Amino acid sequence: MAILRATATRVVYAVILLLAVLVLNFTMMHMAPGDVADTIAQSMGGADAEIMEQIRKDYGLDQPFPVQLGTYIGKVVHFDLGYSFFYNQPVVKLILERLPATLLLVISAQLIAIILGVVLGVISARNPNGLASHFVTGLALFGYAAPVFWTGILFLILFSLKLGWFPTSGMRDVTTTGGWFAEALDIAHHAVLPVFTLCSIYLALYSRTCRSSMLEVLGSDYVRTAKAKGLSASQVVYKHALKNAVSPVITLAGLQLSAVISGAVLVETVFSWPGLGTLAFQSIIARDTPTILGILFFSALVVIVGNLLTDLALRIVDPRVRSKQ
Amino acid sequence: MPALLKVENLRIELNTRDGISPVIDNLSLELYPGETLSFVGESGCGKSMTALAIMGLLPDKVGRVAGGRILFNGENLATASNERLNEIRGNDISMIFQEPMTSLNPVYSIGEQIAEVLRRHQALSNKAAWSKAIELLDAVRIPDPQSRVSDYPHQMSGGQRQRVMIAIALACEPKILIADEPTTALDVTVQAQIFDLMRDLGRQSGSAIILITHDMGAVAEMAEHMIVMYAGRKAESGPVQKVIESPRHPYTQGLINCVPHLLAELTEERPQLAEIDGIVPSLKDFGRDECLFASRCEFADTLCRSQRPPGFDFGDDQIAACWRAGEIH
Repeated sequence: MAILRATATRVVYAVILLLAVLVLNFTMMHMAPGDVADTIAQSMGGADAEIMEQIRKDYGLDQPFPVQLGTYIGKVVHFDLGYSFFYNQPVVKLILERLPATLLLVISAQLIAIILGVVLGVISARNPNGLASHFVTGLALFGYAAPVFWTGILFLILFSLKLGWFPTSGMRDVTTTGGWFAEALDIAHHAVLPVFTLCSIYLALYSRTCRSSMLEVLGSDYVRTAKAKGLSASQVVYKHALKNAVSPVITLAGLQLSAVISGAVLVETVFSWPGLGTLAFQSIIARDTPTILGILFFSALVVIVGNLLTDLALRIVDPRVRSKQ
Repeated sequence: MPALLKVENLRIELNTRDGISPVIDNLSLELYPGETLSFVGESGCGKSMTALAIMGLLPDKVGRVAGGRILFNGENLATASNERLNEIRGNDISMIFQEPMTSLNPVYSIGEQIAEVLRRHQALSNKAAWSKAIELLDAVRIPDPQSRVSDYPHQMSGGQRQRVMIAIALACEPKILIADEPTTALDVTVQAQIFDLMRDLGRQSGSAIILITHDMGAVAEMAEHMIVMYAGRKAESGPVQKVIESPRHPYTQGLINCVPHLLAELTEERPQLAEIDGIVPSLKDFGRDECLFASRCEFADTLCRSQRPPGFDFGDDQIAACWRAGEIH
């Protein structure tokens, strides 16, 4: 019951937050030079001042800013994000088409980074001067220092061009035949490089965090108590220490979710991955305001939902969080 | 009756920045079934290290048993394998720590933390271990154990957490219970309750108790034998009553004088609180061939500063490691 009430409170906050994001996005896009009329005129191959005026009137751009904002929010509430003149499609349809590809990329990268990061963190914390520990330190240094698009290009050169193990771009091979299984396998094959590229930064971050929190927990009084009970080393580490040590990693992963999404823009562009990132990149170049606003809205939605899930995960792991509310 | 635990010439070395220091130097003791032995001394005298060495829990790569034997029922724990120690820890020998606030795992219910040790050593089923955990909570006098058993540590007070620690330690009816300053972090009123509990339950299960404490009152009340430790060495040992009534070592005398007395009539003039001037020497000086207490001792002479005193026997098991113990009585 408590968990339901806590979740309900969170959802109310999330809706308010989302509204604030909408207002902020719209205001910022409004303040930027150029508008939809420019885009339309551009695609028509130019227009004189009178036609521009007409276009602005048709799309309500001549209205005062508060009215425009009100109209926009009213539409978003009904899940209408407007129409993209660049793609000639409703923005919602456009985004929903691209969203699964991005979610696949972002969720797999996050999951792999968390799981691998925790495993590496635990191994290196158990033997702080061992080989694995130095590997984690080195990996972290590389992960922090290397820009994600550059890592992507390096991966492309090595694994696609030199070794030929993975395709260079896209998400599907049009020549693939067979059932859904062959198709899934094909997508997975295409996903390996982008996922690991996106994963690289966060893997470094999570393994470092897990290593240090694990080291701290392994020196704690309750781990000594667990040893004094005669439990085996693996029970001490995996039952008593790990559950305490993962909390900071989960918190960090929740905070990093927004960064993962912005990282996805770069990675998708490098690998021509047909997701929201590529869409964002193209629509920014094309000054396709409705699409940009739509993508910002969806990114905010994903981050907020992700943070909700993070809170829930923390509640499951740590009873102290549960009783605080 | 053979000794349950016999420590012979134990030497524990600690790696410090200044090199290797003997935190415990040539310590011997015997503990008999059902007996309570008390360790007293200031912080940094090696009391906890002795306890951790018996448990085989000296900090990895920092401390190690460098010499001597720890014989538990004739088996040398100092050389036993970790697997063997895991069978003994929590089962035959268990330990209560100083910090009840942090000694329980915050993410598991106390019931689970008690039941775990029962499943590990007594092969009880989940259900049997859980109901035994409720019984144990009742035994350590936690009210309403049926509902408190699924509480988490943060829902309990320090005294209650220490009771849970006692329940965990006594769950398998160990032959030896080591209590490392179990009441230092607790309120005075709770301290007495915890000591009462330990004494009653220790008697019921027939466990011998090693009590490490600063509290001379607790020693007098709880223990039959005591060992006064100073700078990793045994300063004085013997039956509690004898040592407290006629301490031979100036350090023991100092410790006893430090216990403040409640006065029935309070006057304007408060008596000066007694203290032992100076501090315990630093770890790097622990190995020296001299009386390590000499720098703080009003009776010290050249012999004290040039040669380590052996133990002198004063009858009835009372032994004091002081060159001048015979004269300064």
